[in-house]
Amino acid sequence: MNLGPHADFIVAAYAVTAFAVAALIAWVVFDYAAQRRIIGDLEDRGVTRRAQRKE
Amino acid sequence: MAVIDLANPTRFLALVNRVLPWLVAATALVFAIGLYRAAYAPDDYQQGATVKIMFLHVPAAWLGMMGWVIMSAAALGTLVWRHPLADVAGKAVAPIGAAFTLICLITGALWGRPTWGTYWVWDARLTSVLILFLLYLGVMALYWTAEEPGRGARAAAILTLVGAVNIPIIKFSVDWWNTLHQPASVLRLGGATIDASILVPLLIMAGAFTLLFITLHLAAMRNEILRRRVRSMRLMQAQTMAEARS
Repeated sequence: MNLGPHADFIVAAYAVTAFAVAALIAWVVFDYAAQRRIIGDLEDRGVTRRAQRKE
Repeated sequence: MAVIDLANPTRFLALVNRVLPWLVAATALVFAIGLYRAAYAPDDYQQGATVKIMFLHVPAAWLGMMGWVIMSAAALGTLVWRHPLADVAGKAVAPIGAAFTLICLITGALWGRPTWGTYWVWDARLTSVLILFLLYLGVMALYWTAEEPGRGARAAAILTLVGAVNIPIIKFSVDWWNTLHQPASVLRLGGATIDASILVPLLIMAGAFTLLFITLHLAAMRNEILRRRVRSMRLMQAQTMAEARS
């Protein structure tokens, strides 16, 4: 695959996109883990939501 | 499960947990096909290999606008019907739409330098997309800095509906004003003007980015529902402690 005289621009575009997509995925994955951890800690301390009490 | 059942966050979470692994697999598969087809797509007769930037730039532009359309629908749900998931959907999609708009702006600049001879011009298309990005930042600031989530959501919903005026401006800016940006070449009344050897990889990449967008949005909505549960549990904890003291 020959990217021609403007290869730097093409590679930079793909690199920036890959970085942005990776950042979005990391945000979603780490945020999910953080929220699950906090809920686990609260439940261990006996804290429940109002909806859970009704159940 | 009826569609109306999805208004219940617990049922929505159960659905998301079932669907997400399949969406992740489908996204990876379509990206693999799209990137392969993009890598071996022929060079454009005028732009050469820089046409490969189009496979990122165009889907990012479409999804940047789609994010705002989703936020506008969610804003109506928040303001008119007070749907429990509308506010969650709007807040979750804002950073994703902003990221895709930023990708569109940066890849556009990197495509513009070799083809136009400049990274940036203050013409109608580029400026209206920059305004879209700034509007995303404004909505995110309203959502994330409000002390009471309900008030932040209403303010963000109003800004979203006002900002929706910008979407047709972006779409038709190349027809209404003189601009360096090329006119529509895929989504136009007379059909696409791009050769199939380049159009097919573009559409596959657009499909891959759309799947990624949906996957990220559902995952971010799940996180937002969990964040609200954390808030609710902390309030219950504070209330219990206050009752115990009195």
